[in-house]
Amino acid sequence: MSKKDKPTEMLPVSRKRAQQARRRFLRSVALTVGVVGMAALGYMPVARGWKPRLRPPGALLEQEFLAACIKCGQCVQVCPVEAIFLDDLDQGFGVGAPYIHARDQACDFSCDGLQCVLACPTGALTHEISYPHEVDIGIARLDRPDKCLALLGKGFKGKVRGPEFTGKFRYIEVDRWNPVAVRSQDFDREVCDLCVVHCPIEIRADQCEAGKPPSGDPNQCPPKRAIGLEPVDSGDGMARFMPVVYDGCVGCGACEMVCPTEPAAIVIDMASVLKS
Amino acid sequence: MCYIGQHLAELLGREPRKPDNEEIAPQAQEIHFYKKGQVFDAKAAAEEHQRLKSNKWRNIRWATLLAVNLLFVLSYSLDIQLLEGALTASRFAGFHMADLNSALQVMLAFKEVLINLLIGTVTVFILWFFLGGRTFCSWVCPYHLVAELAEKLHLKLVEKKIIKGIDFHRGTRTAFYVIFAVLTLASGYTVFESVSPTGILSRAIIYGPGLALIWVGVLLLFEVVASRRAWCRYVCPIGMTYGFVGAASPLRIRYNLVNCQHEGECRKVCLVPHVLDTVIKGRARDVEVPIGADCTRCGLCVDVCPSGSLRYEFKFGGGARVTATEQP
Ligand code: SF4
Ligand code: SF4
Ligand code: SF4
Ligand code: SF4
Repeated sequence: MSKKDKPTEMLPVSRKRAQQARRRFLRSVALTVGVVGMAALGYMPVARGWKPRLRPPGALLEQEFLAACIKCGQCVQVCPVEAIFLDDLDQGFGVGAPYIHARDQACDFSCDGLQCVLACPTGALTHEISYPHEVDIGIARLDRPDKCLALLGKGFKGKVRGPEFTGKFRYIEVDRWNPVAVRSQDFDREVCDLCVVHCPIEIRADQCEAGKPPSGDPNQCPPKRAIGLEPVDSGDGMARFMPVVYDGCVGCGACEMVCPTEPAAIVIDMASVLKS
Repeated sequence: MCYIGQHLAELLGREPRKPDNEEIAPQAQEIHFYKKGQVFDAKAAAEEHQRLKSNKWRNIRWATLLAVNLLFVLSYSLDIQLLEGALTASRFAGFHMADLNSALQVMLAFKEVLINLLIGTVTVFILWFFLGGRTFCSWVCPYHLVAELAEKLHLKLVEKKIIKGIDFHRGTRTAFYVIFAVLTLASGYTVFESVSPTGILSRAIIYGPGLALIWVGVLLLFEVVASRRAWCRYVCPIGMTYGFVGAASPLRIRYNLVNCQHEGECRKVCLVPHVLDTVIKGRARDVEVPIGADCTRCGLCVDVCPSGSLRYEFKFGGGARVTATEQP
């Protein structure tokens, strides 16, 4: 300190300062790279389509949907059958975005008015649709014909998916407004047609054909049929039927949820995967 | 209005600067001059702090923060439909609300703006303009609360000399802001949302925990062992957006120079101590100084100040007189 007036002695101090500043700058760059890198990791699952998701009714195509969805879960909150869940970190940019796992709980349009679409603040679930038949979640496909009871010529008796199954469905003849547990119902069918009788589009179409459109609103009538059993002649004298999916299918997943085989003979493919 | 320009520059990362003499109002100069001769009794000041220490505002704030987040949970779990959604976007008694930063991301990614989202943004903009932009941070953001606890741990470790805290340049946050905006615009994904602890925590509280909490844990751990309040100080674009919104807000913390002893306890408790640069001896430009845009209005400084020199204030206009020579 005694030589503090010598300029050569001042140098180390400012050099130290400069060095500190440089270190802090490098640290800041490292922090930036680190956090941006973490955020960029979110791209991987999306890009690779690790697990294509069924999105709620009205969802835009996957890329647009992820861009538009603000990840608020308002769609989750309004669903009467609690069919919608929010994605987790393993979905990358999809974290917080809503999806439906049809096998556990399908959308059965219990809310009548597409409540999730109405709740969505961003238009990620497009407000351009108002009726179940306008929905386009995906499309049903007979994935394992070898398992399908109808094709095997078998019937079904008992509780669909067992007494533990937590899925809900609104059986209009049981309760017009509230969904009940699927396990509360006992079935006894000579030929299994559970997917057909649970199809919300088919139910509406039948009501309309009987001259009683839902809520008396003819707009509710689906223009096309969604699914039906068609006889199959395999030449062995057995009465066999095949579930055939028609153009009117919206991919709600009710058929997959109630299909009594394990795993389900009929599954939903994602709409946007099919389109792109 | 000039002080706003200065506050914004500091929000973007500029270091606060010691004012030149002519930038200081004559009255303040007088007080500065008078205080120069005073001897500071550190021991007496410490005793004064012990005697007058209060947690009033902190308690009110914590209660508010918990209440808001609880309201989200109860609205959903008890189906009382008062505050639906999550912090990113919600409906309060039917009114649309959208977090400004989340809404901005969606607009950049989706490049289309739905009327409901716009309404929500306007509601929230007005709300936080009046309540003070970064008030959101310390009074609503759930990450703020857990980070506050992590901060306590961090300070304890530093005090015991187990670790040495590191800092970053505050301009890093500005860099992040730009990077996230560009990435979102270019990729079409709401990139920041996948790492936002605010959104992740809010959803976890309402819809149940998930893997994403690991990321929040990593952030907290980093703040405990490496850098005090790093996320809020150097990264979070939400805080920055609200900082801009509330730059001219009528609600703020106000500093009064007269009785201040300049011992700096307030700067030790502050999450963004650069906003309190004005309390350093000789730096106040006026007798009354409104605290800058980066302040979260958490009130920790108000609680800790024994001389009552820091107060909440709700007042329109600049508040402090600004001298003619002051430049941005
Ligand atoms: S309501 Fe819309 S924005 Fe919110 S999570 Fe559902 S789809 Fe996304
Ligand atoms: S066939 Fe299946 S997925 Fe398609 S509308 Fe009917 S129940 Fe829904
Ligand atoms: S419910 Fe399943 S098993 Fe039964 S007919 Fe339909 S697809 Fe076949
Ligand atoms: S800076 Fe971000 S994380 Fe921190 S309190 Fe504000 S909003 Fe929350």
